[in-house]
This record gives sequence, structure tokens and C-alpha cells, in this order.
Amino acid sequence: MATPHPTRDAAAAAGDTRLKILEATMKRNQYRPDALIEVLHKAQEIYGFLSPDLLVRIARSLHLPPSRVYGVATFYHFFSLVPQGAHTCTICLGTACYVRGASELIARAEDVAGIAAGHTTPDGKLSLASVRCIGACGIAPAVVIDGNVTGHMTSDDVAAQVAALLSAPELLGS
Amino acid sequence: MELHDLQLIARRERERRRRIRIHCCTSSGCLASQGLEIQKRLEAAVAEAGLEGEVEVVGVGCIGSCGQGPMVEIAPEGTLYEYVRPEDAEAIVAAINGGECSVQRGDPLRPFFTRQFPIVRKNAGKIDPERIEEYIAAGGYRSLYRAINEMSPAEVIDEITQSGLRGRGGAGYPTGLKWSTVAKSRGDRKYVVCNGDEGDPGAFMDRSVLESDPHLVLEGMCIAAYAVGADQGYIYVRGEYPFAIQRLQKAINQAKKFGLLGSQIFDSTFDFRVDIRVGAGAFVCGEETALLASIEGRRGQPRPRPPYPAESGLWGKPTLINNVETFANIAAIIEHGPDWYASIGTESSRGTKVFALTGKIHNTGLIEVPMGITLREIVHQLGGGGHSGSEVKAVQTGGPSGGCIPASLFDTPVDYESLARVGSIMGSGGMVVMDNSTNMVELAKFYMEFCKDESCGKCVPCRVGTVQIHHLLDKLTSGKGSPADLDQLRELCQLLRDTSLCGLGQSAPNPVMSTLKYFTEEYERLIER
Repeated sequence: MATPHPTRDAAAAAGDTRLKILEATMKRNQYRPDALIEVLHKAQEIYGFLSPDLLVRIARSLHLPPSRVYGVATFYHFFSLVPQGAHTCTICLGTACYVRGASELIARAEDVAGIAAGHTTPDGKLSLASVRCIGACGIAPAVVIDGNVTGHMTSDDVAAQVAALLSAPELLGS
Repeated sequence: MELHDLQLIARRERERRRRIRIHCCTSSGCLASQGLEIQKRLEAAVAEAGLEGEVEVVGVGCIGSCGQGPMVEIAPEGTLYEYVRPEDAEAIVAAINGGECSVQRGDPLRPFFTRQFPIVRKNAGKIDPERIEEYIAAGGYRSLYRAINEMSPAEVIDEITQSGLRGRGGAGYPTGLKWSTVAKSRGDRKYVVCNGDEGDPGAFMDRSVLESDPHLVLEGMCIAAYAVGADQGYIYVRGEYPFAIQRLQKAINQAKKFGLLGSQIFDSTFDFRVDIRVGAGAFVCGEETALLASIEGRRGQPRPRPPYPAESGLWGKPTLINNVETFANIAAIIEHGPDWYASIGTESSRGTKVFALTGKIHNTGLIEVPMGITLREIVHQLGGGGHSGSEVKAVQTGGPSGGCIPASLFDTPVDYESLARVGSIMGSGGMVVMDNSTNMVELAKFYMEFCKDESCGKCVPCRVGTVQIHHLLDKLTSGKGSPADLDQLRELCQLLRDTSLCGLGQSAPNPVMSTLKYFTEEYERLIER
């Protein structure tokens, strides 16, 4: 294994590995245009969001017009073209959660975070979002914090969780 | 792999099992309430008590009563524990040998469990979904063996046709007829696609089936592929279900290793490969032509039919698309015969249906009931009535494509035609219960906002109509509505129903139209103000 170049900083090294992973994913799919959604999933997973440069790179590799890649990336809710916060708080707005008061949870979370759902705080600490049903209707209302689902939430619970995320120390290297 | 190999695996698995099994629910709902931690603590407690020779802890799929989770069941005696916390583990293990245990017990004999008829969910909550051996020990893959070795593709299709099985995704198209159309279509290649894009908010049947018994779906797909002559399959699963995807991938890998997927299945000339396609959050992809576009890596926009996918689907080849639950019924039909299946349910709607019972109801969770059961039985017997004793006002079936059925019509039997007659649909199986605290106009607005956001934008009636209807509902709920608005609302709804390209737009007015019909006074009250 080669030792990293001394002048190369940590971020560039990380960028390099990420690019390698992305290349490997496209190669595994034989650069087929129909693998576009799989590739975008992977790109978002490793980069956190899909930058214009990234979209162009993917378009070239898969031999697709950039318009087609942009069209697909903007069609699906999962893909984000802007960076996300260090933490995410996603409130389920499925019918079961709605009937059990999810809209109050959103209002309270927006209030505490000072941003509307679908946005990220200016300091980049927290992204607040709503989602259409995560299928955890049995434990409605449900909230997903940094990928972990919690059920039977009250607006006080959400307020406390959001406040905790906002005052959490900066994540190293993010 | 031969039949005796299958029997050998099953026998070894049965011999390996301990006398007592502690079933610990590790499906999404219970997982979110420390399900894995509970499982770990139970394992530690069993080791501590020196009971490893007699007792084993098994992570199982959904036990069903998600609202009372996390659930733990002691098998085979059947003691159920509800709202289990990790620190309860020692007491639960001690109770096996007659010790004291104060953990809340569930009643396995309450109607929620006894009124069910499990076919699709027969293994759910009983086997470890991450081990193919457990599925085989429960009789799994024997139907596939029988289909490949003892039946011709035409005979398989005949049995499915005779069983009367209809699509469980919502529309209820006869499954056997769809299969025979694909079988008859010409093509050098054919595909089988499983629709697991369960987008209806308030529904989680498919997620639960995929998490609890993934091999049941794979076996159904495999039998379908044999019947229609396909060699490649895709399972399209929502990106919102990471856990189901993980389990499914594990199941596919195991089945491949055992020679039950891939080439030369059961040492025959039949090949079938399955790949997972992960959705990226678009409700419209539940519509079959949009789903196919998405598998091809394009925007999930529907196209006019005909041609139907059965003739021209994925990459223009004949493609069979069925829902997760439809495929999960197949193995049982081949195993027990079409007459057995046809004897369950009603004349036009055979078999059972899985419903996700949620909202303002006492027992939230998953139920599988024979078709023809009334809504009253579901809500009041299985569901135990309103949440904390409140009065149930209506039930919403079919999600944003369905309608609200008022309590006065609760004697309606649950079958495709009866639900359509009262202005709703069977849908994929979401059943959201509302009590008097739910404002029906707000609810209709909630659904219309959903459809507005999820409209793919391809056809004008849906793209513009949903926005206009939402605007009218917003006007009404903010107290600025006039009687003319109600007329316009009705007119727009009818227009959308008649002229939209796909099912999303055609059915989007259902929640508005049904609430307008049954809860007119709630709309009128907003105007009088």
C-alpha cells in the first residue's frame, strides 16, 4: 500500500477515495445508462449531495446527455443538489403520523430550529425535512434523527431533540 | 439441489432447534424501539441462566401488533410480552422456569390474533428471515420444486387462474389472466418485476412482508418466471425501506448459494436471476409504466397504455408486474391447490388481504383477514375500537387514491367491488382510522397536497388540476370559500378523474369526492362561517 503524498491534505485524499468508490460502482454496472439511478444513489451516499460537477462527470461516464442526468436527479425526492446539514431531523408526514399529530411536530421543530422544513440552518448544523411515510405507522408519529427511527414522539420530544442537535459540538472533518 | 436435499436441510434445521424459542421482533417498528438491544440482552440472560441447551433467542419478522411493540413471544407455549424494555430481559428468561415477571402480557387469544387468516404472513413472527434454513424448514421452496419438476408452465398458470387470485397492489386485475398474457406474448426475453414501491402513506404491508419473509416473495417470483418464461427479475423497493432492502439482498444471496436462484434451479434447465432496484422517493413509481421507466434509469413518468407491459414492458419486452403481496400468495396456492384458495373469501374476491391498521385505533398493526370481512369487524373486533376509547368516525382505505368510508357504512364487506361501490378502493391495504378529532376537509387537503407534490407533471389535468383543487380546499379551510367553490370542486374532481393519464391523477380526487359525499356538513360549515 502506498503512503499518502505528504503535501496532499486530508480532504483531497478523502475526495480521491470517494471518486474511486464512484468509479467502481459505475464499472460494476458496466457504465450502462440504465444504471443511472443506482449510480446517483451511490454518489449521494458518499458525497452527501449531488454537485453540478458530479452530475456532469456521471453523465460523461454513462454516455448520457447532462440534461437527462439533471432531469433524473431533480425528479426524485431522494436526491439533493445542495449540501445537507451535519445532522438531519426528518419528520414523517404519512397519513398515520398526520392523524396522530405530526404537523404539530413539524411546527415545533421549525420553531426551535428557526428554519422551515426542507432547509438547513445557516451554520450547516441541521437539516430539517418532512417525508411521506417511512412505513413505521405502527409507532406513529415517527421521527428519523440521523438515520435512527423513533416512534410515539410528542412535540416536546422533538423540540428537545432538535435543541440537542443544534447545540451538539461540531463533527470533526465534516 | 434436489427434493431430498431440501428435506435434509429442513430436518437438520429442526434437529438444531432448541425446545423453547424466544421470538424477538426485529421488524422496523420494534427495531426503532430498541428491538436489537432487547434481543442482545435476552441472549445474554439465557447464557447467564445456563439455559442455552434448552432455550434460543431468535430475531423474527413482524409479529403484527406494532402499536404494542417491542414484542417478545415465547414459543411454542405462546406467552406474549408487550412494550418490552431491554432491562426486562432477565425477568422474561426467569419466567420461563416459573419465575416472577411483571412485564405487560399480551393476550394471544384476543380477536386481533384469532380473527386473522395468515397465508402471506404465515411465517411472519415465527422464523428468522435472515436464515434460509428456517424458511425451508417451514416448507419453503417445495412449491417451486413442484412447479418446476411436476408441472408444465401452462399448468401453473391454470392453477393460479383457478385460484381466483387478483392483484394485491390495488387495482385487482386477475393474476392468472395477466400471467397467461405474458406467457403468450412473443419476445426473445421476458421479465418478471415485483412492485415493492409501497408509496401510500399509512401503509406498510409490503415492507413487513419483505422484512419478515423475503424468501416467500422470491419463491413466488421464481414460480411466476417459470410460468411465463422469464429469466430475469427485478424487485423495485422504496428507498425509504433500507432495512427491507438489506434483508432482501441477504435472502437473494442465500437463495443463489443454495441453487434456488440463478442458473439451473433445482438442476433443471430453468434459469432465473433477481436484482434489486432501489426507488428514489417518487410516489408515481408505484404506477407500473412509471416503475418500468425508473428501472430503466429514467424519470418515473407513466406512458399511455396500451401497449400494456405484458406485451411491451421493460426495454420493450413482455414483462409481468405484480405486487409483493401477490407474489407472496403464489407458493401457498401451488402447495394447497387452487380449490383451497378459492374457498377463502367471497365470490369475486378470493383469498385474504393484508391491511395496515393505523391512525386513531386501539390496536395498530398488521392484520391478514379473509376477504368479505366487514369494516366493522376489522375496526371494532380486531382493532379494538377507537384510540383511548374515542368514537371512530371514518376509515380511509387505499391512501391518496382511496376514499373515506363513514362509520354508518361499516357493514360494507371488504372486497374489491363493495369498496368501489362506496367510493373507495381496496388499494394496497392501508387502513387509516379517524375519530371525531379529525377534520375531514383538512384531511382531504392533506391528501391533495400529497398528490400535488407527487404529480409527475406529464399530463395537464393532473399537474394543474391537483394544484387548483388544493387551492380551493385551502380557500375553504381558511374560511374564504363560497358555495360556488364547492360546485367547482366537484367539477374539477370529475374532470381529473376522466382525463388524467395514469392512476395517480385519475384517483387523486377520491379523498375529496368521498368526504364531500359523506361529510358534506363539514364543508358547508366552513362556508357558513
